Amino acid sequence: MPNFIDRRLNPKDRSLGNRQRFLKRVHDELKRSIRDQVRSDKIADVDTAHGVPVPKRGADEPSFRNASNSGERHHVLPGNESFSAGDRIGKPDAGGGQGGGRGPGRGEGDDDFLFILSRDEVLDLFFEDLELPDMVKLNLKETVTYKPRRVGFTTAGTPSNINVGRTMRNSFGRRIALHRPSTKEYQAVADEIAALENEPTPSQPQRRRLTALREELEALERRRKRIAYVDPVDVRFNRFERQPLPNACAVMFCLMDVSASMGEREKDLAKRFFVLLHLFLKRRYERIDIVFIRHTDEAHEVDEETFFFSKQSGGTVVSTALEEMQRIILDRYPSNVWNIYAAQASDGDNATGDSERCAALLRDDLMKLCQYYAYVEIIDERESEIFGATDNGTSLWRAYRKVDGAVPNFQMTRIARPADIYPVFRKLFARHKAVQLSW
Amino acid sequence: MAKRPPSSLLFSGSEWNFATLSRAYEAIEEIAIGEMGLDVYPNQIEIISSEQMLDAYSSIGMPLMYQHWSFGKRFVFESHFYRKGRRGLAYELVINSNPCITYLMEENTMPMQALVTAHAAFGHNHFFKNNYLFRQWTDAGAILGYMDFAKKYIARCEERHGIAAVEEILDSAHALMDQGVFHYRRPPRLSPAKVTERTRERLEYEEQTYSDLWRTLPTTAGSVGIEEAEKEAQERKKVLNLPEENLLYFLEKHSLILEPWQREILRIVRVIAQYFYPQGQTKVMNEGCATFVHYTIINRLFDQGRMSEGAMLELLASHANVVFQPGFDDPRFSGINPYALGFAMMQDIERICMTPTAEDKDWFPDIAGNGDGMGTLIDAWENHRDESFVLQYLSPALIRKFRLFHLSDLATNRFCEVASIHDERGYSAVRAALARNYDPSTHRPDIQVVDVDLLGDRQLRLRHRIRNGVLLDEAERDRTLAHIRRLWGYGVSLAGVDTATDRVLYECSSAQA
Repeated sequence: MPNFIDRRLNPKDRSLGNRQRFLKRVHDELKRSIRDQVRSDKIADVDTAHGVPVPKRGADEPSFRNASNSGERHHVLPGNESFSAGDRIGKPDAGGGQGGGRGPGRGEGDDDFLFILSRDEVLDLFFEDLELPDMVKLNLKETVTYKPRRVGFTTAGTPSNINVGRTMRNSFGRRIALHRPSTKEYQAVADEIAALENEPTPSQPQRRRLTALREELEALERRRKRIAYVDPVDVRFNRFERQPLPNACAVMFCLMDVSASMGEREKDLAKRFFVLLHLFLKRRYERIDIVFIRHTDEAHEVDEETFFFSKQSGGTVVSTALEEMQRIILDRYPSNVWNIYAAQASDGDNATGDSERCAALLRDDLMKLCQYYAYVEIIDERESEIFGATDNGTSLWRAYRKVDGAVPNFQMTRIARPADIYPVFRKLFARHKAVQLSW
Repeated sequence: MAKRPPSSLLFSGSEWNFATLSRAYEAIEEIAIGEMGLDVYPNQIEIISSEQMLDAYSSIGMPLMYQHWSFGKRFVFESHFYRKGRRGLAYELVINSNPCITYLMEENTMPMQALVTAHAAFGHNHFFKNNYLFRQWTDAGAILGYMDFAKKYIARCEERHGIAAVEEILDSAHALMDQGVFHYRRPPRLSPAKVTERTRERLEYEEQTYSDLWRTLPTTAGSVGIEEAEKEAQERKKVLNLPEENLLYFLEKHSLILEPWQREILRIVRVIAQYFYPQGQTKVMNEGCATFVHYTIINRLFDQGRMSEGAMLELLASHANVVFQPGFDDPRFSGINPYALGFAMMQDIERICMTPTAEDKDWFPDIAGNGDGMGTLIDAWENHRDESFVLQYLSPALIRKFRLFHLSDLATNRFCEVASIHDERGYSAVRAALARNYDPSTHRPDIQVVDVDLLGDRQLRLRHRIRNGVLLDEAERDRTLAHIRRLWGYGVSLAGVDTATDRVLYECSSAQA
């Protein structure tokens, strides 16, 4: 007699500790992989779930293993249909199968093994890289719109809001309950009377029947009059309530100087800032459009690919980008429908005299259209110590300082390292007070 | 056809409970032991859930295992494929121990539980107990006790020295697991934990007190002649017992920098590698034996009228899945299926014994028509490993049935050549080639410690004996060398020498980090 043991209630996750050790081990690699993906993916895709290939470094288990591309080997394979001895066969790409067993978890399968990270896990890793102290709810106040929404029925209202279906249903119920004679019933009696009246020589019982029917018809008629087809108590109106709604859509303008001074590092920092802004806005709006405007001495709207990866150089006239943005807003994003956000990343270089013009453009025109405008100046790590909090800096910075004081929904700051981005982001957005826009 | 009164059914439907399990077990045991004459360890059958099965998988099938991230990796890997549906879970897991532990999954249907009981608790169990390799190399009675000791010991090390330090040693030891096996001499028997503990303590004591081997101080104040020093070095080398193929053993015994607890960890990894060594060499036989046993038993149960036709149909379907062998050009092909080959060979042996053809009589004069299929099989299970089993028993009929052919593949050529096929001239060649493929020495790189530079920088010299020009994967090789260096503490060099010509094909050494 064997010994049966029921182990089902034993702790299940015996390997939990092992898995945690494994994740810890590959953690840095996952972070690097997320970072690469942030760099290469579209901004809007950053917070979707990702498959991250199992990082090779840090999680591989090397051993002495025969190389597959050397020496002489012999394979014995089943299923020969057409070969005879001496035939030659072109080699398959992935070196033929071998009879020999390999340990579990080793071998070819490893390569296409992906970790599927959920959206939250991706964001955790993403934010960790930005040195997020903890996920604080940022409170940027957006203007709230109201939309009437149907919420049930009411007995009073305007005729235009009568709900016919519900009214008729009530009336039907009432008619059944009070036994209102139906048209069919009424018609049957009337028809019978007509038939009897047409009789040329009515017999005695027929005449008696006719009298009875006439009385009945009269009774029916009276009853039909007393019980209305549609009574005021049946009537129902649709009820509407004004419901506050988060704004349905937003547009985010990404403005970037792409002149030669914006290198790989600068663009990467800018992209991370834009990604963060996008993640943040996405929590609030059902729909976000992103508009990419890059500029040298002239500005163009471009797609994301071009925005971050194409090389262009030339002079720098920042105001062209602002003009382009203004044009696009007037063209496609009426500010009474769209919540408009803009973030400008630049290294602060600008043509002489243009900075003042930028400031004027912002103050007089753009800031009236925008919910919020953030200017991020990307500076050298060495400069960050010098420029930390002082007012002097590039001409653009100095010009924008004036806007900063005059318009509440304008913020500006400097970043030098990925780790700066999140704190700066919080600074830009958390301090912001409710803004009443004048349109 | 036998009469089948419905009352004689062992079970009906797919639900199982412990009563049906044990009723089925008894019926199966009766056939396995009474009729087939199998000889098994006592059985212990454990019911587990699918998550627990995944757990067990990922710790290389051991019920007790120390903690290491690589097992976590394996778990993530397995469960990923399982959830994706790319890989099913095994229905069963069986451990070569005394008592023999078989895991049944709770999700299995009752017919499946019966099949698995026959397959694992009798098929594998019989094989473990009787095959010469297992008898010689593993100690079924002691393994669970030893694993318990290992788990606790490593946990204690982690407490005392930190997880990172222990992990470092385990990583390096795991890299050498394939080179941590005695292939030719018998390893010391596993002893109960207490004895192991005592030897370990003695070892520690010896370590701390004296190791003449590594005396580096000059013997006398005066200068010693180089000749004398060299002679001394030769003697030490003799004590080191070189060349040594078991790298883990060598490092455990002779590394200068390892602390006693680190040596013990190497020993644990080595013991586990040794325990699994026979399993790698008997995959075809072991699975074939278990499959043959379950097939025979369920058919017998059906004939006895103790299993319904529905259950039989279900079992035949899963049996057919298990022994399915796609052709080489089928997208499902991934090598020769050991279940298919093993099962087919065993059925074939039975056929040769009972109803031989003229061809069989030519090829297998010893067993053809001897009328004792079961006895012949039991003898084969006991005395062979895959390589010798295929070499001895693969019949021309089976080569034709599988349409086997032999390809020779020279890395420098753009073509493979068909060396022989399933015809009169090819049978022996195909059989020999297939048998060679099951010889572990053809996939396992042969790497030995050949020298230690005792007088100079204590460099450890390894030699890779290259057969048929098959080199090592270079990236893996260098990383593995780095692990050896970590355990040895000084430089390590590896030379690849062609076995046929004695020419050195490559030389490399660990970076002096």
